[in-house]
Amino acid sequence: MIEHLPALMIAVPLLGAFIAPLLKKKGSAPAVWAIIITGVTLGMALLLVREVLAQGMMVYVFGADRPTLVLPSGYRVPVRIIFEVDAIGAFMALSATLMSFIGALYSYSHVRNETGLEKYYALLLLLEVGILGMVLTGDLFNLFVFLEIAGIAGSALVGFRNYRGEASEAGIKYLIVSAVASLMVLFSIGLLYGQYGNLNMAYLSTQISFNTVDMIALGILFASFAMKCGSVPTHHWVPDAYTEVPSGINPPLLVATYASLYALFRVSFSLFGKVTMNMSSLGWIMSILGVLTMFIGVTMALVQKDVKRLMSYHAISQTGYMLLGVGVGLAVLNDPAKLAAFGRDAMAGGIFHIINHIIYKSLLLMTAGALFYVTGTRNLNEMGGLARKMPYTTIAFIVGAAAISGIPPFNGFASKFLIYETSYQLSPIFAVFAMVTSVLTLASFVKVFASAFLGPPVKKYEEVREVPRSMVVAMLILAALCILFGLFPNVVLDKLVYPAVDALLKLSSYQTWGGLP
Amino acid sequence: MNNVILVNLPFIVVALLLAVGFYTIGFKRNLIKVVIGIEILEGAVNLFLIALGYVKGAYAPIYTMAPQDATNNMVLPTPQALTLTSIVIGVAVSALMLAFAVNIYRHYGTLDVTKVRRLKG
Repeated sequence: MIEHLPALMIAVPLLGAFIAPLLKKKGSAPAVWAIIITGVTLGMALLLVREVLAQGMMVYVFGADRPTLVLPSGYRVPVRIIFEVDAIGAFMALSATLMSFIGALYSYSHVRNETGLEKYYALLLLLEVGILGMVLTGDLFNLFVFLEIAGIAGSALVGFRNYRGEASEAGIKYLIVSAVASLMVLFSIGLLYGQYGNLNMAYLSTQISFNTVDMIALGILFASFAMKCGSVPTHHWVPDAYTEVPSGINPPLLVATYASLYALFRVSFSLFGKVTMNMSSLGWIMSILGVLTMFIGVTMALVQKDVKRLMSYHAISQTGYMLLGVGVGLAVLNDPAKLAAFGRDAMAGGIFHIINHIIYKSLLLMTAGALFYVTGTRNLNEMGGLARKMPYTTIAFIVGAAAISGIPPFNGFASKFLIYETSYQLSPIFAVFAMVTSVLTLASFVKVFASAFLGPPVKKYEEVREVPRSMVVAMLILAALCILFGLFPNVVLDKLVYPAVDALLKLSSYQTWGGLP
Repeated sequence: MNNVILVNLPFIVVALLLAVGFYTIGFKRNLIKVVIGIEILEGAVNLFLIALGYVKGAYAPIYTMAPQDATNNMVLPTPQALTLTSIVIGVAVSALMLAFAVNIYRHYGTLDVTKVRRLKG
């Protein structure tokens, strides 16, 4: 049973996605079904994490006599589709399933009045399938397929409120970006396949030499995944998509973005590990992109009036921290002394920031969704005095805002502090930019808090009450996670994050599994 | 010389199609044309994969009823399988993009991408 977990992680939500449309005329049945399926997947992800941390990398070969039989007798290269789950894959899978569960729980009340809900939940589950496939697979072409599944499901959800023209506009932007990015990924997969005749990432990484075509493929893959994760030169689609999507989908959509970030790390550290070992410039490019991303994102956020759009720009800016942290690690990859001194900690900061950011940004976007739910507007200038009417939402917002600004003892502080400390040692300018960004983040959240929750009550909203219970529960779970991760960062770091970092750093253990030479 | 061009013809066509596709996406104002540009890109990538899988004088990778001398002289089936998958995905993507375009036309009354700009700031 345990050995089939990687396949079941895909199979269960896929089954759920195809059954959800059958529950069309059953009231809230699709919502309950989605909550059950995402809950089951979350449980399996917990089992998977425990198994991977205890036993090391898990390999699942589709269609083989035994799921762990990588090379049947007589074969020298792996020919089947193989899932390879190491610590970072399991870490991302846990984030994805947790956020899909929270999203389904929150959606139960949030989108109740919309039509076509069975399709909504089917797409939510398909999005989860896409993310899980991307983070668990060990096969380049599979990565492309799941990237497209996540892109199609995600953009269909962005355009879900199709009675609004803006939703279609944001949806087609997201779809064009993801279609172009994934076609370019497919092109570079073709380049690699043409040279080495295999699609398995671990096998390819043993074969890759330092020739021109490899470098072109690396460049295209790097650019495409940077485009998909919302790094700066191509960040324009992020605010539109995050603003228009129903708030319940924001958590899985965020994880879908970070699955592309995971693919970027996987390509840089594992697939091209041999090449990047000699190329610290790639790490510098990643760090500089990170610094630019965080600074431009936060300055764009300061001037926004739409509360969700403001938070979406913060999502761009926080992506910069992850790129900076992991980029610092990549820049010193060929220098074992520096890597031990600060590179490993920098990567831990970047990867810890992924899960922290997913938690508090989902929380913030959900509070924005709650404000929209009760007031029907997202314009900050039209809100006011909501703190007394919506106490739980206010508490959730304060926790989220404190966490994103890096105030101790919330979880944002733990990962940001690691990034400040370590990026300072590579270049002090990086750390200065990171801290300035944090201050600006706090400033813009003070603005939101003052205009939406404080101030004189607006007459129009005298009748508003707290949002329904399932939304409150979803928000409070995330707020509790924010505080827990902030109070005990060492537990999370030791149990989840450092194994994930080591999985990225130890190329040789990625290459030699299941009897590969 | 002539032979070099002939052998590399598919790859030259791929490069041309990629250039045309990116030009269309970047410089055309009509949304339908942008969708067509993405289709052209997809055609280029699919042609690239197919051209990779072609070996002159080799047999198609069909194992039943294969002639005797086909043993050890078959092309790999992977690129064909990849291309078929990619075509199916491309159909889904273009259908969704066209559905969005229709919906945008209904709400905005235009397909000009410079006018479809309610989301900004």
